[in-house]
Amino acid sequence: MSSSNESIQKTVTVALLLCLVCSVVVSASAVILRPAQAVNEQANMQMNILQAAGLYDPKQTVQEQFELVSTRLVNLETGEFVEGMDADGYDQRKAAKDPSMNRVLSGEEDIALIKRQAKVAKIYLIESGGNIEKIILPIHGYGLWSTLYGFMALEGDANTVAGLGFYEHAETPGLGGEVDNPNWKAQWAGKQVYDGDAVALRLVKGGADRSDSYGVDGLSGATITSRGVDNLVKFWMSEAGFKPFLDNVKQGRI
Amino acid sequence: MAKTKELLFDPVVNDNPIALQVLGICSALAVTSSMSVAFVMSLAVIAVTAFSGLFVSVIRSQIPSSIRIIVQMTIIASLVIVVDQILKAFAYEISKQLSVFVGLIITNCIVMGRAEAFAMKNGPVESFIDGIGNGLGYSAILMVVGFIRELFGSGSLFGIEILTKVTEGGWYYTNGMMLLPPSAFFIIGFIIWGIRAWKTSQVEVDEFKIAPNSKMKEA
Repeated sequence: MSSSNESIQKTVTVALLLCLVCSVVVSASAVILRPAQAVNEQANMQMNILQAAGLYDPKQTVQEQFELVSTRLVNLETGEFVEGMDADGYDQRKAAKDPSMNRVLSGEEDIALIKRQAKVAKIYLIESGGNIEKIILPIHGYGLWSTLYGFMALEGDANTVAGLGFYEHAETPGLGGEVDNPNWKAQWAGKQVYDGDAVALRLVKGGADRSDSYGVDGLSGATITSRGVDNLVKFWMSEAGFKPFLDNVKQGRI
Repeated sequence: MAKTKELLFDPVVNDNPIALQVLGICSALAVTSSMSVAFVMSLAVIAVTAFSGLFVSVIRSQIPSSIRIIVQMTIIASLVIVVDQILKAFAYEISKQLSVFVGLIITNCIVMGRAEAFAMKNGPVESFIDGIGNGLGYSAILMVVGFIRELFGSGSLFGIEILTKVTEGGWYYTNGMMLLPPSAFFIIGFIIWGIRAWKTSQVEVDEFKIAPNSKMKEA
């Protein structure tokens, strides 16, 4: 290395040029690859929705299958559809952070530990001949390490579970991460949510009785994740969550 | 050609970045619970070490030594971001599983170590090959650790079931510890022991000699 490299002028020039070249490379790659990434993200989300409803078929493309699904917005308080808002463009997670669109939950209410909840939820319906066949509801809540984001699918009677799946979480692989285990997820289908007016669906530590139509096995070695899942299901099925909407569906008002 | 071969394969066993230099342990613990993830991570590290070696070497005579570490970091960081973007665009599922660990390649000592120790002193082609070689050395350990952890932890390899788990009606009780990062410590420890038992030249000389016990004296 020659000593001429050590002058202040040279140092500044090298630093500037390097930063310029690197920033161009980084921003170019980000911009060029952005469309491909957006497609992946969307397909991933749609796949999660279909999987939660138990409809995903790997042989068909996600887009084709998603044509059956309609996206709707629901006002959680009244349980009615919100018209006049772009459903596809609505981002519930962003809305939950926006003071004009969210509701701060009181400590007592907030069993899912999410602190703030969007007033409007984005749900997915599968209809045929004017009847609702499946209702897919977004749910989330805190587990052990992370917030679990997922979907819960109900049958048209708004009481029977069609499926459940989480698309984003950071629970311990092999323990809490078993929320992704297909065998565990398969247990949810066919369970009942409400016993009368109360949410009866729950996770049972040590394994649920097979004949129990409200109980799902807890995850072994993952007590806190199981408790989190139990709480978040209870929360989203309660009065603060989707119960007003589901009541409307049951009584045929929607 | 002899030199190329040496540059490429020496780091795999003789001068392995993980086993001999004990660098890059943190990501080796984090990404080896399944083989497919470990494999993509290996490819990413190979790409980054190779290209960072190449670019650092190309401009090595222009780099003022007062800011050389920052220059190397900038090049490495840019490459890592590009790799991360490519993974997100073309291997979305895997990039989701790797999550932050792709970004953490920036802090992987192997990349930095090769840029500073080799690429600053050698030509672009040698540096590129040296980068691939060290990436291969890292990958070799990752694949071995990933093999053991996935086989005994989940009963599968590359996601394909080998041992039928009890939870799926089979006979194999999964070893939960294998899924947790500390198990990689034990496995890497055994690998280092194995390599040093085979290649005794890698055994380090004791830094000091333990004095013999002093005799017990009656007070």
